[in-house]
Amino acid sequence: MAHLDGIGRSGVQFFGKMSASISHDLKNVLAVINENAGLLDDLCLMAGKGKPLDPGRLKRLAEEVKNQIRRGDRIITYMNTFAHSADSESVAIDLRELLGLLVELSSRHASMRGVRLEIDRSSDAVTITTSPFVLLNLLWRCLDYAMAAAGPGKTVELGAEKTADGARLRFRKLEGMDAAAGSFPAEPEGSLGRALSAEIRLDPGTRELAVSLPGKGQGE
Amino acid sequence: MKVLLVDDEKELVTTLAERLNLRGVEAQWATSAEEALNRLQTESFDVAVLDVKMPKVDGLLLKKQIQERCPATKFIFVTGHGSSLDFETGASEVGRDYYLVKPLKIEVLIAKIKEALQR
Repeated sequence: MAHLDGIGRSGVQFFGKMSASISHDLKNVLAVINENAGLLDDLCLMAGKGKPLDPGRLKRLAEEVKNQIRRGDRIITYMNTFAHSADSESVAIDLRELLGLLVELSSRHASMRGVRLEIDRSSDAVTITTSPFVLLNLLWRCLDYAMAAAGPGKTVELGAEKTADGARLRFRKLEGMDAAAGSFPAEPEGSLGRALSAEIRLDPGTRELAVSLPGKGQGE
Repeated sequence: MKVLLVDDEKELVTTLAERLNLRGVEAQWATSAEEALNRLQTESFDVAVLDVKMPKVDGLLLKKQIQERCPATKFIFVTGHGSSLDFETGASEVGRDYYLVKPLKIEVLIAKIKEALQR
């Protein structure tokens, strides 16, 4: 766990924010299942009083419960992956998979801000060996900035690519970058970047934020 | 009594509206602040049941926008916040008596709607 010592408050805040967001999503899943179960109860009570049950209506309610169970299962699966990201100091990570997890974890925040998140899957898969939790923490802070820089109603495109000395993660289409400029990257990002030996660079010309990671990036 | 339910969880508001209608409460729904305000152009509601956290315009801001158009409308807030600390924080913003936590109990919601109407 020594890899987590240096990130202190930032790491705890990150874990807390993600946990709160996940619990909120799960509450919504339970709320929908609760209403569907309640409506089933209502229909059964009415059937007891002589109103015939509509099999099509029952089937739709059952389908919705199954939909919500699938949704809940997906949330718990990425929550579990996120929780275990703190287990290892250094493991081989498929960066596109990690971006997928980041998008899942951030989907509620993105939705609240009216921002769409898209992963560019056009480049080859790239794997790098580092701390998944610390990298996720850094990327989440970068995405938080990127969503502010893109603005409501816009899309942030995320991508990963192999470089000569490692890998690069990109946040693109940051059209409002000038207005959002100022305090980013600040100390929390600096500290996370140092823990990973990563370089964070804003490029107003291409409207993108890039995070370069050293190491033996392995493309497919 | 006429109730407007606003929550970005479409399945939740549609089913809840159906259940309220079965109990004699005339309920309609919207999945965003924009949709809710559009409805208010042609009709008015006695009570609005608003999700606190919604994309773009949250429940607290929507309350102000509805009040400008329909000053008589009463409000109940609903949240997915899970903990007692979350509840206390949220309730202090909107008033403990009219702040409900998901999943909802329909009898409690109807009781709150009736209470709100007598405020």
